Amino acid sequence: MRTASPEISPEARFAPGATPETQPYWDATAAGRLDLPRCRRCDQVFFYPRSSCPQCGSTDLEWVTCSGRGLLHTYVVSHRPAPGFPVPTVIAVVELEEGPRMMTNIVDAEPEDLELDMPVEVRFEQRTGVAVPVFAPVTDDVSKENDEMEVAR
Amino acid sequence: MSRDVVIMGAAETDIGKLPTTSTLELHVEGARRALADANLTKDQVDGIASVSVPGPVQVSHALGITPTYVDGTGVGGSSFLFHVRHATAAIKAGYADVVLVTHGESGRSRVGAPPYPRGNDSVMAQFEMPYGIVGPPTSFTVPARRFLHETDNTLEQLAEVAVAQRRWSSRNPRAMFRDEVTVDEVLGAKMIADPFTLLMCCLVTDGGGALVVASREFAEAHGSDKPLVHILGTGEAATTPLVSQMEDMTRCKQFTLSSQAAFKESGTSTADIDHLMIYDAFAHVPLYGLEDMGFVGRGESGAFVAEGHTSPGGRLPMNTNGGGMSYTHTGMYGMFAIQESVRQLRGEAAAQVDGVSTSLVLGNGGMFMSAATLILANQP
Repeated sequence: MRTASPEISPEARFAPGATPETQPYWDATAAGRLDLPRCRRCDQVFFYPRSSCPQCGSTDLEWVTCSGRGLLHTYVVSHRPAPGFPVPTVIAVVELEEGPRMMTNIVDAEPEDLELDMPVEVRFEQRTGVAVPVFAPVTDDVSKENDEMEVAR
Repeated sequence: MSRDVVIMGAAETDIGKLPTTSTLELHVEGARRALADANLTKDQVDGIASVSVPGPVQVSHALGITPTYVDGTGVGGSSFLFHVRHATAAIKAGYADVVLVTHGESGRSRVGAPPYPRGNDSVMAQFEMPYGIVGPPTSFTVPARRFLHETDNTLEQLAEVAVAQRRWSSRNPRAMFRDEVTVDEVLGAKMIADPFTLLMCCLVTDGGGALVVASREFAEAHGSDKPLVHILGTGEAATTPLVSQMEDMTRCKQFTLSSQAAFKESGTSTADIDHLMIYDAFAHVPLYGLEDMGFVGRGESGAFVAEGHTSPGGRLPMNTNGGGMSYTHTGMYGMFAIQESVRQLRGEAAAQVDGVSTSLVLGNGGMFMSAATLILANQP
């Protein structure tokens, strides 16, 4: 007898909730932006959002919108079922162009095609009441475009 | 003059699958056995140290002890090493004479154990849990691929950590897994979080244990005839509650900081250590430990293990009880790592190494979150 397979859908996946100091981050993801705090004193962009700069301690912070581009820093391919997720799922850490690293999923890619330091770009996955930033490998077209831009420079 | 501090009593409970024993009872049973080992009564104890669940007040109350020194440090599986360090400081300062450090965890059977943390707005819930994490096997393991990539340690060498520890556990009747395995068997086991297979992950068991920490003076006047284990040096450090926020995914800063403090205090170096315990929640953790404490150079840990130097007969016997991967792992394994060092220094381990005089224990807490180091010896 076959048992019904659990539902695989973003709505069934874990939905984080904001706290006052992280609300702007989640407001931004809902609007399709990856925003992070930047320290006005030392210029450090940092992850995760908090009320003072972890580098210099300043509370003089501003929110900036990140490019959404980064490099695949490290990952595992999880074979453990998590509610709403496919098996396997790629659990990764991405290094953002602005410097900070964050945990994420790599989507729209076969695990065997992944390589460390490959370029990735942000996507927003709609969960129940919240949009979660995930990343996908940069498609060839965009890479070519970037290469051409490099050449043009 | 500073007081010398010793571990004068140490004992574990039964371990493995204990479906009829509660978390609290594991603490209490461990405490009773450790006190018996030290030949003390509960009324000779004036200090208690334990993790937040069920907590030092609950444990001491259950035992009928009214402590005047209380430590509830809860920073993951390394907490018991922190407790020993803090107890050492308290005893040296005269704030306590006899401190009982207890562990108990119904990690497998979950009897009298709280549910795992829930809620969706902690920092971890917001920035790591949304990504399909199912406990430590899918998050503590994330840095490893970068570590292998940058250090040139290999996947096969990662598997060798599990192979070496089975050589030890095969000599230990109390170990949960005792069959020796090959690299191919480790790599061919059920995939959990690629590159980690089941045999590169720790066990989930029930169990407990306790230590009696006291001044040498008190121990010599009141203790049993068991050899005293001298606390030569200790260190502690903590970095990030989120594994994704490690400063460098290929190095564990608190392994370096805590071990440097312990080496400095004890006046020893890696060359003086003849027995080593490194908390092995997963196969990569001992490799980080060997490199970050300076036992081997950068990128040399995998070959060191593969060449057998940490195995029986090797020059640096490591995780000689079989470790968290083969002996037992209740969730907060640090207590069991200390217990094995004590047994080796007393000469009463199941897989006893000849001539152990100085042992180092490195405890990891959380997922590369906190660490503490103890350097212990059978002479002052």
